[in-house]
Amino acid sequence: MKRTLKDLNPGEIGRIKSVTGHGIIRRRIVDMGLVPGVELTMERYAPLGNPVEVKSQGFHLSLRKNEAETIILE
Amino acid sequence: MKRKNLVIALAGNPNSGKTTIFNALTGARQHVGNYPGVTVEKKEGLVKYKGQEINVIDLPGTYGLSAYSPDEVVARQVIIEEKPDVLINVVDASNLERNLYLTVQLKELEVPMILVLNMADIAEKNEIKIDYNLLSQLLGIPVIRAVGSKNEGIDEILAAALNIRSTPANITGRQMRYRQDIEDELAQLQEQLSNPAMHEAAAVSEAETYINSIPPRWLIVKLLENDQEVTRRTSGMISQVFMERIAHSQQRMNNHLGNDTEMALVEDRYAFIRGICREVCIRNNVNKATITEKIDDILLNRVLGIPIFLGLMWLLFQLTFTLGAPPMDWIDGGVTFLGDWLNGHMADGMLRSLLVDGIVGGVGGVIIFMPNILLLFLGIAFLESTGYMARAAFVMDQVMHKAGLHGKSFVPMLIGFGCSVPALMATRTLENPRDRLVTMLVTPLMSCGARLPVYSLLIAAFFPSQMGGNILFSIYLIGIILAIVMAKVFRTWLLPGETEPFVMELPIYRWPTLKSILIHMWERTWLYMKKAGTIILAVSIVMWGLFTYPIVDEHGQEYESPTVQLENSYAGQLGRIISPVVSPLGFDWKTGVALVAGFGAKEVVVSTLGTLYSIEDEEALSEEEESSVQGFAEKAREQSGYSPLVAYVLMIFTLIYVPCMAAIAVMKRETNSWKWPAFTIAYTLVLAWTVSFLVYRGGLLLGIGV
Repeated sequence: MKRTLKDLNPGEIGRIKSVTGHGIIRRRIVDMGLVPGVELTMERYAPLGNPVEVKSQGFHLSLRKNEAETIILE
Repeated sequence: MKRKNLVIALAGNPNSGKTTIFNALTGARQHVGNYPGVTVEKKEGLVKYKGQEINVIDLPGTYGLSAYSPDEVVARQVIIEEKPDVLINVVDASNLERNLYLTVQLKELEVPMILVLNMADIAEKNEIKIDYNLLSQLLGIPVIRAVGSKNEGIDEILAAALNIRSTPANITGRQMRYRQDIEDELAQLQEQLSNPAMHEAAAVSEAETYINSIPPRWLIVKLLENDQEVTRRTSGMISQVFMERIAHSQQRMNNHLGNDTEMALVEDRYAFIRGICREVCIRNNVNKATITEKIDDILLNRVLGIPIFLGLMWLLFQLTFTLGAPPMDWIDGGVTFLGDWLNGHMADGMLRSLLVDGIVGGVGGVIIFMPNILLLFLGIAFLESTGYMARAAFVMDQVMHKAGLHGKSFVPMLIGFGCSVPALMATRTLENPRDRLVTMLVTPLMSCGARLPVYSLLIAAFFPSQMGGNILFSIYLIGIILAIVMAKVFRTWLLPGETEPFVMELPIYRWPTLKSILIHMWERTWLYMKKAGTIILAVSIVMWGLFTYPIVDEHGQEYESPTVQLENSYAGQLGRIISPVVSPLGFDWKTGVALVAGFGAKEVVVSTLGTLYSIEDEEALSEEEESSVQGFAEKAREQSGYSPLVAYVLMIFTLIYVPCMAAIAVMKRETNSWKWPAFTIAYTLVLAWTVSFLVYRGGLLLGIGV
């Protein structure tokens, strides 16, 4: 089973292995600096469980769970 | 061509404080418009520095320069086509890595550039140390420290811009280099591109102009990225043979790197930037929780997050409508006073009627919304510039996303309960054009305040008082359900396509400057006055004409009463013409006329019905005294002969059918075309008729309220 960003619980840390997906969603994710090798922390889930907030390189980012699923972790 | 004025353009990430720098540079001397064909805002300003007039263009805030979002396309388009003399890249000093990603891409456009490290005070407070000289050396461009909110660094930016213009040598600085494999391909392709054999024999001139205005290296990078816009625009000049070479290069790199080219390019940019940051930047407190994180622990808390959000929305609503009510009354009073004064000082006649009912009433109809718009944008500017708006989207996205909308769609839809005019303007907080459009299309279904008097009267007249609350609630609920259903429908069939990503920065919290908020408020209000106001005024006069003419009957006699006059006016005739269409809903032709009048403003439906059924007490209605409303209601029931079912159907129809002309005017202004307002009129009419028909026929069948 591949571990993705979606599988992280709040407070857990992961390192990006690859970004799957395609088109605008993938490009937006990598444009924001979530490229392979980067470390990120799952900060929290939104009150209704989706989207999620991650922290990476000193800034905070929100993304939906289906987007988080395209980020494969090491 | 040598331009008289120096032109500088501001580029930068959203939340980099670019707008604050723009405001600090230009003050109130700004102009806001739209780029042709898109809903992206165009902001320009003027500044005088050392006797030089300088034009400042504020480019849309972007994270990159890809072809995926209209903002990014517009940003690079302006740089390519308007060729600013100097590009000012504003970056958030405490977030250097991600911000420099745009910088390296801007540099590939080979325009003279200055890097502005904004919000340097926050970075310093967070113990981030940056070596400005080394950064400037590594990038080969001037680097300036700035704090936009305190006017620090503004003079230096202007001085540096003038300086660059006078010394144009080696202005673009050092280019970043990709990994060797990619550089080899780039060099090869660039050489091949200069070979005329790679060009179409009969080059399309637009494509040729475009290619001549962009650096060849950038062109090739974009072709390798499969950039759709660049590929399309150059296809008239670049031959199929060359595009095959590009495909080959991509294939070679894919095999070689085990990754597709677009990703490899992005990764290399970040690798390059990481190298720079390691050299120029020292972070001392990587693990200390920032103030922002502490605030978010409360505001985004799993239990408190939603109540806090709802509380803030309640405050925004109260601010807009409760605080806005007294000034609206003053405006209303002023307009009435002016009308009365004119009535008292002018001879009775058409000119007076036009002035009082057409023009004064029309202008009044425009400025009456000003307090709402000013206050709403005060609130929105505050929520946006503090950084809470992104959190609101974060909290609400799950709910809104199910309806095919975006988390930020919540704000305009909520404001829609007060008034569609400011609500439609509030859709500007949505960056994505499709989300924005869908939100605009369904916002008028949220029952606005002007429809309430219609409901109140009909409920008072036709329903027992203990049922009133439920009836009213059901109407609001129907509006909400329809908005959700229609949003889903529009998103699926009308504006289909890939879901927009929700990948969104949650910026650090900060206090906005008063200046930024005031400028934002004024900008919105002025836009409304200028663009929507003129349409509203024009339609008011047309409506006045429809209801006033003809003033005499076919024998040249004046009509015996206002009721008879109204029945015979053009609007009255129109009501008769549409009566076959509305009769299946249980409406008579008089109701048809009232609905025509409702296009001017929905509350007018009631007063028009009053005139048509000769109900004298209509003045009392506006006083909202319980007894007069009752009296009016009683007469309405006697005169109209409606059954409770018909009254309920009339409420539903009033809820759904065409947004008022002010909303239509704003929609025209916000979408930059008549297409969407026309569509909205059409779809709401069809929807109103269909729902009303179903309710009416269903009610008849079941024998409810007949």
